[in-house]
Amino acid sequence: MTALTRWIRRNLVVIAGLGTLAYLTLPNVVVLVFSFNKPNGRFNYEWQRFSTDAWTDPCGVADLCGSLSLSLKIAVWATIGATVLGTMISFALARYRFRARPAVNSLIFLPMAMPEVVMAASLATLFLNMGVDFGFWTILIAHIMFCLSFVVTAVKARVMSMDPRLEQAAQDLYASPAQTFLRVTLPIAAPGIAAGALLSFALSFDDFIITNFNAGSTVTFPMFVWGSAQRGTPVQINVIGTAMFAVAVLCVLVGQLAGARRKRS
Amino acid sequence: MSVTATPEAAPDDGPAPDAGPVQKPPLIKPAVRKRLVPYWLLLPGILWLLIFFAAPLIYQASTSVQTGSLEEGFKVTWHFQTYWDALTEYYPHFLRSVLYAATATVLCLLLGYPLAYLIAFRAGRWRNLVMILVIAPFFTSFLIRTLAWKTILADSGPVVGALNSLHLLDVTSYLGITEGQRVLATPLAVVCGLTYNFLPFMILPLYTSLERIDPRLHEAAGDLYARPITTFRRVTFPLSMPGVVAGTLLTFIPAAGDYINAELLGSTDQKMIGNVIQSQFLRVLDYPTAAALSFILMAAILTMVTVYIRKSGTEDLV
Repeated sequence: MTALTRWIRRNLVVIAGLGTLAYLTLPNVVVLVFSFNKPNGRFNYEWQRFSTDAWTDPCGVADLCGSLSLSLKIAVWATIGATVLGTMISFALARYRFRARPAVNSLIFLPMAMPEVVMAASLATLFLNMGVDFGFWTILIAHIMFCLSFVVTAVKARVMSMDPRLEQAAQDLYASPAQTFLRVTLPIAAPGIAAGALLSFALSFDDFIITNFNAGSTVTFPMFVWGSAQRGTPVQINVIGTAMFAVAVLCVLVGQLAGARRKRS
Repeated sequence: MSVTATPEAAPDDGPAPDAGPVQKPPLIKPAVRKRLVPYWLLLPGILWLLIFFAAPLIYQASTSVQTGSLEEGFKVTWHFQTYWDALTEYYPHFLRSVLYAATATVLCLLLGYPLAYLIAFRAGRWRNLVMILVIAPFFTSFLIRTLAWKTILADSGPVVGALNSLHLLDVTSYLGITEGQRVLATPLAVVCGLTYNFLPFMILPLYTSLERIDPRLHEAAGDLYARPITTFRRVTFPLSMPGVVAGTLLTFIPAAGDYINAELLGSTDQKMIGNVIQSQFLRVLDYPTAAALSFILMAAILTMVTVYIRKSGTEDLV
């Protein structure tokens, strides 16, 4: 008994940590299990019986796959927009001293320190009063706006930590400014840029609050899920949730393996 | 993009007159052009933020003092009464938001710290796997995961059953965080969802700051006969403060403005201020009230964050 209590005491952190991990993964397990359910009514909240219907026909619900591809499209464009604009800003902030710097820094920081609902409502108020039609473009504009700060933060951290002497060395070796940028600066900044891009893709794809205010009658995937919570959730939603989880884990694993191999060689 | 290729000046020693040994023959105005480079780089992104982030906030301010109706249109009449009306009518929602968000933040800290500690110091070769398990739930749409809590906390579900057989539901009902024999549609469910949704935002900064701690400091504390709990209290925790501050902010701010958890897991008695803003804006179409409410929320959060950052002494956070 004392041996057991001693073991528990010594591993208390591990036990508590694994408990939190279980709390974090539990809903994903539920989503996976209920993707094989055959619900009786419109709602997929209670287990009835096993079925693979939803997996064999993931687009069997009207509008579901349409909203999914719209979300993907918006996420891709928002990522491109936010990554290009954000990388430019972070190079300016990391490399140059100029008078407007503190002001720019706070303008970058503020969107991250603001509740989403405030940004969402004020942008929608502006669009409304300018008579802009809500839809694809207003969603895209809003997504680029809130992803921008995250890209800047990710890229800036990387560029700040890079040794400026590397570029001086390249220039000493008669590299042209363009060559220095493409062969030295960009490769070093690349992991930061990739992290920023990945983050904005995930944020844009999953965003609900800002989209809710600025979408009009356009339905993105999160909007579809939100609507289905009231109307009745099709099992296909669980299928897509599970597939997203699997794809993400696979990507991360492949990235990890590639990284490990590169380190070894 | 090739404009970025001329940063001869080192970033950390201010204006650097020595631009390296290979100087090109002086052109007419290279100095001016170089000084403008950062502004050209900033221009598109900053314009985007000014037009679609800053300007809307100012516009929102003017909307909050307008009166009128949808049919007749809205006019700026400096009607500050809207603020007063909004506050007196919806102060319970404000208080509830702060209370729920603060509770969720504390729970996130309590739950997240052991896991961040585990990844930083105890996971060994499992570190990457655990890290993936923390980040991966992000990728299943969080609305779907929040809906999954409906299944987990359902009246006939395992959680209610377990709490019931331990007679804990009586205790929680007495405390007012659940009602009768249910967990769903009670404050407990909403706080549980908020805690769950924002937990990764707590774990990641905690992990980052814990990872920077030299494990030899733990050994040194042990060599000086500090008990593990003392080592944690006097060495580890103080050194992880930047992570604690960043994590609590990243959890509290979005949680205070959230309306998804209250809508999906709560009932009308658990509505938060986000729910009110959403319904005023998208259903009632009372734009001045929605604007006033979001301004009050923004001001309250910015004030709380500023005070908190001052108090915790980590102003170099940004």
